[in-house]
Amino acid sequence: MTVFGDMWAYLTEASNWTGGDGIAALLGQQLLLTVTALLMAMAVGLPVALWLGHLGRGGFLAINISNVGRAIPTFALLALLVVAPWPGTDELGPYGRAGLATLIALTLFALPPIITNSYVAMREVAPEVREAARGMGMTGVQQFWRVELPLGLPLVVSGLRLALVQVWATATIAALVAGPGLGQIITDGFFRSNYGKGIAGALVVAAVALVLELFAAMVQRAVDTTRRGTPAGGHTDALSVSGATVEPPAESLG
Amino acid sequence: MTLLGAADDPSCYSRLVNDWVCMDYVSDRQQEIVDATLEHLQITVVSVVLGLLIAFPLALLARRLPRLESAILAITTGIYTVPSLALFPLLVPFTGLTATTVIIGLALYALTILVRSILEGLRSVPEEVRESATGLGYGRGQLLLKAELPLALPVIMAGLRVATVSTVALTTVGSLVAYGGLGNLIKDGVLTNFRAELFTASVLCVVLAVLLDVVLVLLQRFLTPWTRGARA
Repeated sequence: MTVFGDMWAYLTEASNWTGGDGIAALLGQQLLLTVTALLMAMAVGLPVALWLGHLGRGGFLAINISNVGRAIPTFALLALLVVAPWPGTDELGPYGRAGLATLIALTLFALPPIITNSYVAMREVAPEVREAARGMGMTGVQQFWRVELPLGLPLVVSGLRLALVQVWATATIAALVAGPGLGQIITDGFFRSNYGKGIAGALVVAAVALVLELFAAMVQRAVDTTRRGTPAGGHTDALSVSGATVEPPAESLG
Repeated sequence: MTLLGAADDPSCYSRLVNDWVCMDYVSDRQQEIVDATLEHLQITVVSVVLGLLIAFPLALLARRLPRLESAILAITTGIYTVPSLALFPLLVPFTGLTATTVIIGLALYALTILVRSILEGLRSVPEEVRESATGLGYGRGQLLLKAELPLALPVIMAGLRVATVSTVALTTVGSLVAYGGLGNLIKDGVLTNFRAELFTASVLCVVLAVLLDVVLVLLQRFLTPWTRGARA
């Protein structure tokens, strides 16, 4: 297995980390892309989904947007955006080659988990609690800020955590269509049959992904004050299929 | 197509026109498209089935030994966190530039979703059902096959649908090692700025995902006939 040797050689060579297209610069670029896309998706998705959840409207759309998002290959959307006349492969400041196309794709793929989870978080607040809040004379806005949002926060954050994982993965795939980020090391290594380099890039991407996930899990635990101590398997689980991401059983539709 | 016709009127996928939607491309390159779609379908189905075969014993093991449950869930979540474009290269030293690399990678992703849905499905079975089945003299295996699994089926099928649809989408990334089904066409479309190829392959990916989802919904109807009668 000489590839591991090549990989190690690539990772331990200092000059591969520094410079304009070194690992450090690409890592910074991909982190910047990830954070920007996540913030943009939060700015668009959170207010809409939380308010719709508060009103209890648009549930069909809010739940199904996740199913639609899953069916669209990230690679295909990135490819379409890059080949289209706009946004194409234009440079965008620190975001690099095809920066705008990548940012648009990342934001679009961050939206579904944020919208679905935020909507469900608002709807899952127990009706008794809601009624009690109204009985105390709270207005709709007060109910939202003081009751529904604090109770729904863990689920909202778990949606953000899913979105973060999704955005990081999509940002890596951007390199398959000549986009920016760490994926460049992987695709460059593979397309030039320099597998040691490709695997080294993959290792860095995977390691950062795990660090981001751990960080998100810590944030989630910090905001999860209400359900602390309940056994695993509750709705706070980000990857849980039932509850947040599953549509209601067929018979309740008809 | 005659030579004369081609000279008069460049086809909609020629370099000069480069239309996004082009039926000439679809009919002229039919064989290539069909082959890519079949490869895509094959990789997806084999991956999901492999994921299901591994997920079942894992979920049963996790249920039997609660201490293992959190470890299994943590490891599968960790794998799920690794982007597909990084997971495939990490498997290459072991499986080479083959379809196996893609299949194992995709099966690992499917596994994460499936283990969770199987566990949640089994957990959703009411305790009374278990008690009455035991009271009727069901052994452990019978209880699982005849009572628990049928009742857990809706949740398990929901997980299977999620896993299948995401696997169809992720298969495209396999083009990194040249086994990406329709992803190979997408990659070629990007490299050569071939819009018809790129667009057709992308649309086929989504169509394939929707078709497989419909097949699974029908399968679920067939497997759980009791949920249909309730409405009528």
